[in-house]
Amino acid sequence: MLRYLLIRLVSLTATLIAASVVIFLVMAVIPGNPAVLILGINAQEDTLAALRAELGLNRTLPEQYLAWIGGLVQGDFGTSYTYKVPVAELILDRIWISLPLTLYALALSTAIAFPVGIIAATARGGVLDFGIMGATQLGIAIPNFWFAMMLVFVFAVTLGWFGAGGFPGWDDPLAAIKALTLPAIALALPQASILARVMRSALLETLDEDYIRTARAKGLSRGGMLWRHALRNAMIPVLTILGLQFSFLLAGAIIIENVFFLPGLGRLVFQGITQRDLIVVQSTVMLLVFAVIVVTFLVDLAYALVDPRLRR
Amino acid sequence: MRVPFALALGGIVSLVFVAMAGLSYLWTPYDAEALSIANRLKPPSAEHWFGTDHFGRDIFSMIMVGARTSIAVAVASVGIGMGLGVPLGLWAAARRGSWLDEVIMRGNDLVFAFPSLLIAIMIAALAGPSVMNAILAIGIFNIPVFARLTRGGALSLWQREFVMAARVAGKGAARISAEHILPNLANLLIVQGTIQFSVGILVEAALSYVGIGAQPPTPSWGRMLAEAQTMVSFAPHMALFPGLAIVLTVLGLNLMGDGLRDLLDPRGRERTA
Repeated sequence: MLRYLLIRLVSLTATLIAASVVIFLVMAVIPGNPAVLILGINAQEDTLAALRAELGLNRTLPEQYLAWIGGLVQGDFGTSYTYKVPVAELILDRIWISLPLTLYALALSTAIAFPVGIIAATARGGVLDFGIMGATQLGIAIPNFWFAMMLVFVFAVTLGWFGAGGFPGWDDPLAAIKALTLPAIALALPQASILARVMRSALLETLDEDYIRTARAKGLSRGGMLWRHALRNAMIPVLTILGLQFSFLLAGAIIIENVFFLPGLGRLVFQGITQRDLIVVQSTVMLLVFAVIVVTFLVDLAYALVDPRLRR
Repeated sequence: MRVPFALALGGIVSLVFVAMAGLSYLWTPYDAEALSIANRLKPPSAEHWFGTDHFGRDIFSMIMVGARTSIAVAVASVGIGMGLGVPLGLWAAARRGSWLDEVIMRGNDLVFAFPSLLIAIMIAALAGPSVMNAILAIGIFNIPVFARLTRGGALSLWQREFVMAARVAGKGAARISAEHILPNLANLLIVQGTIQFSVGILVEAALSYVGIGAQPPTPSWGRMLAEAQTMVSFAPHMALFPGLAIVLTVLGLNLMGDGLRDLLDPRGRERTA
């Protein structure tokens, strides 16, 4: 297990470094001079030169990269050009919306998908299975931001059960959770549809295995067989998708925040884009990619716990 | 051969949308760009089937024209993904276990690690928002999807007798890949292509919705939804119909993909049935 962990850690570090190089190069190579982008094409040459020096753009690319990455490691995400405050501060303010929203949606998605997938698998070929599969097809086809708008129309505008958007802050945890509920549902539903389908097909696959038949022949009840053997073995594909879902939900949260006017990381990134505050975009994207890569790593470790054969 | 129900239904729905996009070049009920302040925010009626927007434009006509953008982005991004991903996958499979295979597959893993939306956002941030950049961003993320699929399929084909026979006959790896491997992967690629097509439509809508895809005056379902957002409380039809267009198209394509898989790969029928 230790050897496995070490190998995975080395590969994690390599992926992170490669990802940071890619992000850096995308930002550096794409045409358009950041100083000109910020000041506009009519700016004076000496102001441009001063800004370039301030942004560190007069250094070579490797120097710029090392300065950026060295800062990131120490928690220095650069300084926002428009806000004149450290990017880390901006991110810290907003992560307390995006992260809880993502986790809330992940919890909802799992809570819906597991029972639905299990029911569909046990009712295989029946009317219930057919109905569930039809509903999940629909769920996959619905764009989450449109679903969010429909939720706002029904539950906020028409019924008045929820606010249409905004965030009251965490001082009142209940109000905060309430404000995140519609966004979380909008994010979770399409993902729950995918997860339920994966759960169903993974279960069906294991239910066909010989050892399941043996367990049944030995007199184990249907339920006992399901819990003790089938579910455990169906977890590998389900975990894979769950890990992927974190990345989809995190990216999706960025979009959904727009529908509900939530001041999270997504709003920060889009403001960064419109205001040409490139370091904000660059560092926030790096943080999100970092989160996704680390979650994938943790999922890999979880496999090894579930299936000892993978530790080798 | 019986055509699966899902394929027939999905095929018909998808065809309707392609036909609508095609028809929009010749005819739309109204000019999709014509402003008519007198007719603004009209609910659905006999004159305006899906109602009008805040500028008095006919929403049905706009959806017809918007279908072009969705289809163009999806076709182009699947084209990029297949055009680069399939050769890379074939190449990696032909050189299985070599450093080249390793480089290609690790590169794929890296692209997979990025949420596609984030890269699209970054590209838009720097190169400016446009349909072209949306196509590039979605296309780049289709490359590893097709590369992996192709490599996986090709690896097992390389073990088959007819490929060995071709090798004995003195054919090179490139020729074998083109003449024997690729044709046998066609089914797999068509099914995945259909699915990526629907993913492309969803991502394009999302990008245009947040303002980094299609720009005015290019009509787009995602942008229609963005404009509808502030008016949901008094003109819900503005948001309802473009959204339904997306849902139906994506649903149709997904059903078609499932149906095609059942038709082309009878072994998989058990599981998806």
